[in-house]
Amino acid sequence: MKQSGGWLWRASVANLFFLYGPIAALMLFSFNASRLSATWQGWSLQWYRALWADQALQAAAVNSLWVATVSTVLALLLGVGLAVGLEGLPGRRQRQIEQALLLPLVIPEVMMGVSLLLFFVLVRMPLSLTTVIVGHALFNVPVVMVIVRARLRKLDPRLLEVAADLGASYWGALRYVTLPLLRPAILGAGLMAFTISLDDFIVTYFTAGPGATTLPLKVYSMIKSGLSPEINALSALFVIVSMGLIGFSLLLQRR
Amino acid sequence: MAEQPTSIDITSLVKRHGATLAVDHVSLTVQRGEFFSLLGPSGAGKSSVLRMIAGFEAPDEGTIRIEGRSMEGVPPNRRPVNLVFQSYALFPHLTVAENVSFGPRMQGVPQGEIASRVRASLDMVKLSSKEERLPSQLSGGEQQRVALARALVNRPAVLLLDEPLSALDQQLRQEMQVELKSIQERAGCTFVCVTHHQEEALTMSDRVAVMQQGRVLQIGCPQDVYESPNSIFVARFIGVSNELRGIVRRIEGKRAVLQAQDFPGEVQILLPDGTTLHEGNVATILLRPERLRLSTSAQSLSGEQSLAGSVEKVLYSGSDRRYLVRCGERLVWNVRVPNDESGRNGLQRGDAVHVRWQISDAVVLSE
Repeated sequence: MKQSGGWLWRASVANLFFLYGPIAALMLFSFNASRLSATWQGWSLQWYRALWADQALQAAAVNSLWVATVSTVLALLLGVGLAVGLEGLPGRRQRQIEQALLLPLVIPEVMMGVSLLLFFVLVRMPLSLTTVIVGHALFNVPVVMVIVRARLRKLDPRLLEVAADLGASYWGALRYVTLPLLRPAILGAGLMAFTISLDDFIVTYFTAGPGATTLPLKVYSMIKSGLSPEINALSALFVIVSMGLIGFSLLLQRR
Repeated sequence: MAEQPTSIDITSLVKRHGATLAVDHVSLTVQRGEFFSLLGPSGAGKSSVLRMIAGFEAPDEGTIRIEGRSMEGVPPNRRPVNLVFQSYALFPHLTVAENVSFGPRMQGVPQGEIASRVRASLDMVKLSSKEERLPSQLSGGEQQRVALARALVNRPAVLLLDEPLSALDQQLRQEMQVELKSIQERAGCTFVCVTHHQEEALTMSDRVAVMQQGRVLQIGCPQDVYESPNSIFVARFIGVSNELRGIVRRIEGKRAVLQAQDFPGEVQILLPDGTTLHEGNVATILLRPERLRLSTSAQSLSGEQSLAGSVEKVLYSGSDRRYLVRCGERLVWNVRVPNDESGRNGLQRGDAVHVRWQISDAVVLSE
C-alpha cells in the first residue's frame, strides 16, 4: 500500500514535469540575455522591452482582445439561452438537442476551420475580423452551454416553483431568480470562452482575412522568420494571462 | 349575495402516477379561516393534494374551487394561494427583506406599499431585526419564519404548508406549533397543512383529514379522530391504540358480548348507534392507553370491564408511566398511568394486575 503510494506520487511528479517542464523552460529563456535560445547568458528584460516597442505586435494584441470580447459576448448570449431553454424540454429531446450542440467540441478543429472557410466563401462573406469572431463564437457556444447547464442542474427546482407561487411569470423568475443564481457560472464560462478565443490558432488561421492578424497568428509568422527570444517573452506572457483567466474561471464556477 | 364561507372545495380529485392512484377520489371542503390538516404516512397522497391546490400539478380528474372560483387551467402565479415548502426554498441570493418583498414586487404592488407590507409581515413572524441577513446566516427556525413571512406578505386567501415543522428539532417544533396557530389567527387566513406528525396535526388544527394510500379515511376535529376513529388504521396512526379482536356472541339490547380471539375470555361491549353488527360478526374494540386503569384486585365496578394480565415492562417518562401488560399470548396492552400521588409506588415487573376500562370508552369497529 505504502509502496504503491510512493510510486504513484513519483509518477505524478514526472507527469507534472512533463506537462510544465517545457513551459517553465520557455519562461526561463524569455529572461535570457543571449540572442541564441539555446545558451544561457544571464538575466535580462530586453526581450520584454522589444515586445513593448513592436507596433505590429500591438496591433495583433488589439485584434485578439477585440475578437475575444465580441465572440465571448455572442457565445454567452447563445450558450446561456440554449442552456436555459433546453432545461424546459422533455428529457429525451433535451438529450438529443444537447448532443447535437456539443458536437463542435469533438469535431477536429481543422475540419471546423475548413468548413467555416467554405461556408464564408459560399455566402460571399469576405474574410475579416468579423469572420474570425463568428468562428470563435461557434466553438465557444458549447463551452458556455456545458458550464451553465452543469450549474443549472444543481439549482433547487423548487426555487422556480416558489417564484411562480409568489406571482412571478416565466420571465420574472428567469430574470430575478435563475440568472442571478447562474451568475458565477456565466462569468466563469465567459472567462473560459475568452481564453479559448484568445489562444485559438487553427480556426483563426482559416477564417482571418488580410489585416486580421491575432496574436497566435503573429507568433506563427514570427517563427517562420526565425526563432527570436522575443517569441519566448510573448509566449510567456500568453501562458500567464491564459492560466490566470482559467484559474479565475474555475474559481467562479466552484462558488 | 350571501357570504360564501367555503374557502376550498375539492370534489372527487384523482391523480395517477403511472398505474397507481396517488390521489384516489378525494373530496373535502375547507372553511374560510380554518386550520385544516392533511395527516397521513408518507406516500398517502397528501402532498399531491397540496401541490394540486397550489397549481404545480394538474389533477387527472375532479375539480378544485378556491373562494368559489374553479382553478382549472389557472397557473400557480394566478392563484390566490401561497405555498410554504418543506425545505423553505428561500432565495439564497436575496436578503430576508428581499425574499419577503419578492411576491409583492412580482405582482406590481406600489413601492411604498411594499415596504410597509414587508415590515408588517416580518413583524408578524417576529423577525424584524434580521431584514438584511442572507438565508444562510439564519437558523432553521428563522428560515422557516422567513418562508412564512414571504408567503403571508401576499395576503393569500389560503396558505398551504408542506410539512412545515419537519426540519426543526423537537423543542423548536413544539414552540412553532403554538406560534403557527397564533400566526394563523393574526393573519386571519385559511391554513392547509400537510403533515405526517399526528401530534402536530392534533395540536394545531381545527379539523384533520386522515389519509392513507390516496384516500381520505376520516375527516373531523382532532377530538373526533382521536376519540372516535372510524377505522383501525386511523386509530393506530393517531396515537397508541390497544386492540381486542373477537366474535360477537350474544346481543342484549345496547350491549353485546365479544368472545376474544387471542385468549379464552369474553368482554362486554357497548354497541355504537346505527351499528350493523350481528351475532357471529367479527368486531374489534379500541382503547386508548390513558383510558385504562390498573388494579391488583379482581373486583370491578359497574360499567367496567377488565382483563387479567401481568406487567411485562415499566417505562418511566416523567409525567407518566407506561406499563406493557401481557393479557394473552399475542396480546400486550399499553397502559398509561399519570405520575400523580397514587401512581408513585408503581407496579413492578411481573406483578399480576387487572386492566380496567369503562365500557363506554371502548370504540367498537365492525369488519
